[in-house]
Amino acid sequence: MFDDAQLPLVFLGLMAFSVLVYAILDGFDLGVGILLPMDNKQQRDRMVASIGPFWDANETWLVLAVGILLIAFPQAHSLILRELYIPAAFMLIGLIVRGVSFDFRVKAVTRFQRSWDWAFKLGSLFVALSQGYMLGRYVLGFDQQAVAYGFAVLSAMGVAAAYTYIGGAWLVMKTTGPLQLRASIWTRRAGWVAAAGIALVSIANVSLSPTVAARWLTMPNAILLFPLPVLSGAIVVFIDYYLRNQPHAEDFGHSLPFFFIALLFSLSFIGLGYSYFPYVVPHVLLATEGASAPVSLRFILTGIIIIMPTILLYTAFTYRVFWGKATDLTYH
Amino acid sequence: MESELLNTLALSRIQFAANISFHILFPTITIGLGWLLFYFKLRFEISQHPVWMRIYRFWVKIFALTFAIGVVTGITMSFQFGTNWPGFMEKVGNIAGPLLGYEVMSAFFLEATFLGVMLFGIHRVPSKVHTLATLIVAIGTSLSAFWIIALNSWMHTPAGFVMENGVAMPTDWIAIIFNPSMPYRLGHMMLASFLTASFLIAGVSAYRILKGDLKSAPKLALKQSLPLAAFLIVVQIAVGDMHGINTLKYQPAKIAAMEAVWHTEQGAPLVLFAWPNEDTQRNDYEISIPYGASLILTHELDGEIQGISSFGEDRPAVKPLFFGFRIMVGTGLLMLVVSWIGVWLLWRRDTLPRWMLQTLVGMTFSGWVATIAGWYVTEIGRQPWLVQGVLKTSDAVTTIASHNVALSLAMYLGVYIILMAAYLHTLFNLARKAIVVDEYETGNLTDVALADAASRENRHV
Ligand code: HDD
Ligand code: HEM
Ligand code: HEM
Repeated sequence: MFDDAQLPLVFLGLMAFSVLVYAILDGFDLGVGILLPMDNKQQRDRMVASIGPFWDANETWLVLAVGILLIAFPQAHSLILRELYIPAAFMLIGLIVRGVSFDFRVKAVTRFQRSWDWAFKLGSLFVALSQGYMLGRYVLGFDQQAVAYGFAVLSAMGVAAAYTYIGGAWLVMKTTGPLQLRASIWTRRAGWVAAAGIALVSIANVSLSPTVAARWLTMPNAILLFPLPVLSGAIVVFIDYYLRNQPHAEDFGHSLPFFFIALLFSLSFIGLGYSYFPYVVPHVLLATEGASAPVSLRFILTGIIIIMPTILLYTAFTYRVFWGKATDLTYH
Repeated sequence: MESELLNTLALSRIQFAANISFHILFPTITIGLGWLLFYFKLRFEISQHPVWMRIYRFWVKIFALTFAIGVVTGITMSFQFGTNWPGFMEKVGNIAGPLLGYEVMSAFFLEATFLGVMLFGIHRVPSKVHTLATLIVAIGTSLSAFWIIALNSWMHTPAGFVMENGVAMPTDWIAIIFNPSMPYRLGHMMLASFLTASFLIAGVSAYRILKGDLKSAPKLALKQSLPLAAFLIVVQIAVGDMHGINTLKYQPAKIAAMEAVWHTEQGAPLVLFAWPNEDTQRNDYEISIPYGASLILTHELDGEIQGISSFGEDRPAVKPLFFGFRIMVGTGLLMLVVSWIGVWLLWRRDTLPRWMLQTLVGMTFSGWVATIAGWYVTEIGRQPWLVQGVLKTSDAVTTIASHNVALSLAMYLGVYIILMAAYLHTLFNLARKAIVVDEYETGNLTDVALADAASRENRHV
């Protein structure tokens, strides 16, 4: 189906797809974690209940993305993880703490339960910040100048805000009453921060890297690409408008913010991909350099072609099972 | 610089060993427990007797907790290959990569996705679909063991590849996956997991009974798990023996170290206890059975066992293998004795005396001890190779500065200690909470089903 030279690009595409799905799916459950209100236990329970059935599968997309990197681009995998060794360790600690808090927050003896809620909230924040930081370092090819580190910090905050944004929208979709109203306010705030973050990161990206600037700012690209930022801006404004007018009669359009933010994530991601294609490590390593042997890539691609649609199908099935407003989590 | 690299190597090894040891504790429980939960749910499906649901509900909570820790520590593992062992992927990545990839796609997604339905979907889907979800999760965990053990076994007995420009190129995937030690290792590990889960169930149930829980659920759970353990341990010992014979063929240095046979011998004795002495190349304080090792390993009295001294530099350290192996086998024999006495008592008297219950509580985590000991034997026994005969561990290590590895290692260890304390504390807390719950809520059962089930219980329980 593909010739040997195209295989690395196919895998680059698959990896990008997993990262995007990960950012949307784990993005919302990390965002819900960051938003956990420490002043209201009932709301915390309901919020955790809304993500309970999904978080594990959501995280698996990260495992897949890292897996594809490892399988198809081992050289890039070791390069990236060597450069990002410490932030990656922080992220993993965050994921561990957060993942186990899910269970401990209800099963531990009562006097520890609140501490596990804190662990859940801070763990989620930690994960979001370190992922944003890693993204920032990665995008500039692990540049060692101070300004590149500053960019990474900016990116950390941008990603944390973006996750909070989609997490809030998830809650608007999955909850009702006072919690939904509260979530609408959270989402609006996070939305402006996230929008500012995306804008700043985009500007910084263009000004720090001449190749990216060339791709975006020359004719006729500039005209063809113009709709991308405009559409993104329109989405942010529309969602803010919708949320300002909460509650809507009969909960009209309660899933709109979530799906529009998912679209926003996709647009930003397409923008990023367009800036750096076909690098697997921006500025440093092309996808075609140091990819694995074609026999191995083919062997795994066969599996991907058969299994990936199945995964998407049964993922859709579970989202359907838990469709509608969240109810309390019970094992009964 | 030289010592910097050495430090990084030492620290990376400690970190990898710490992470995988901590990780494996949890899969070891979930792989077996997943199938047992399916069994409990199936029994409920068939009999509609609430006691099965009770057992299911109690153990599914512990499963969820254990699974969560397994997942998050596993994610750490998937980053480790790149962070600490770049040389591994650069040299054998063409083989390791696809095996790991198939694990993610065929196993991780399956278990993680259906876990949601299994844990939280019982009222959202028909009962049969819920049972099916439980089954799928069990299949997922086993599939995951299949792929990772295939890879790990390949590292011990590599097959189905050629070396091109210093890089391993796959030639035959079937030979790679079903490499010579794979069936033994997979069988031994699956049995280890079922044994661990059985002793966990027996131990926690015994704990509840000792604390005065007279409901039928813990008793029935005990009556299910103990005979299972008694049966499986016999199979395990047989499989372990075959595994050893297979290892003698492919990794004789490992066996020599496990048995502390220093010099090539015909009719080597089975060393029961000794203090292996690396300097004098002999055993101090040795107690042994003449011809024992040759008999067990070659099934001949005067079979030849190659000695450690004949392998030169390329051989593992003796002490950890020698003692690790004895800890595993010792635990196995203890499991044999305890489970058989327990089953015999149950059969004769239908209850267990206090001392037996206490012994079972003491054996709650015996599976962990044997499993960790077994893995250490296997993995240390492969040293100095990372992939037997293909790649040395010291050639695969990262060039990350050692203080960074030290920092990450310290963080992991800190988190693991807290997690382990919380896990054990919560496990027994759940057991204590279950004690004060009443006998079944009969709300959702028809009288007929209940009467029917009760008469069944009188007959069998
Ligand atoms: C014999 C079994 C076994 C062994 C030796 C390992 N694992 Fe494991 N792993 C499992 C059995 C398992 C499992 C049963 O599938 C887990 C544990 C509990 C669970 O939730 O899934 C799991 C979870 C798990 C996850 C999370 C999966 C998810 O998101 O659902 C990852 C990424 C890994 N493992 C990776 C590894 C790596 C890289 C290993 C070796 C170096 C490794 N595991 C050894
Ligand atoms: C699951 C139970 C396992 C345990 C408890 C375990 C334990 C260990 C230990 C203690 C070492 C260090 C040996 C030494 O340095 O002397 C080691 C090495 C290693 N193992 Fe395993 N292992 C397990 C499974 C696996 C699996 C499934 C894989 C890969 C598929 C694997 C890959 C490695 C690698 C890459 C090393 C080299 C690092 C090193 O030598 O320290 N292990 N393991
Ligand atoms: C009592 C008799 C037993 C014998 C003769 C035996 C034999 C062995 C041998 C020879 C190995 C090393 C194989 C190699 O590295 O090539 C091994 C490894 C191992 N053993 Fe055992 N074993 C026994 C009991 C147990 C028990 C009771 C458990 C756990 C409940 C267990 C768990 C393991 C594990 C997890 C490994 C590492 C994985 C593997 O290589 O299969 N063993 N065993």
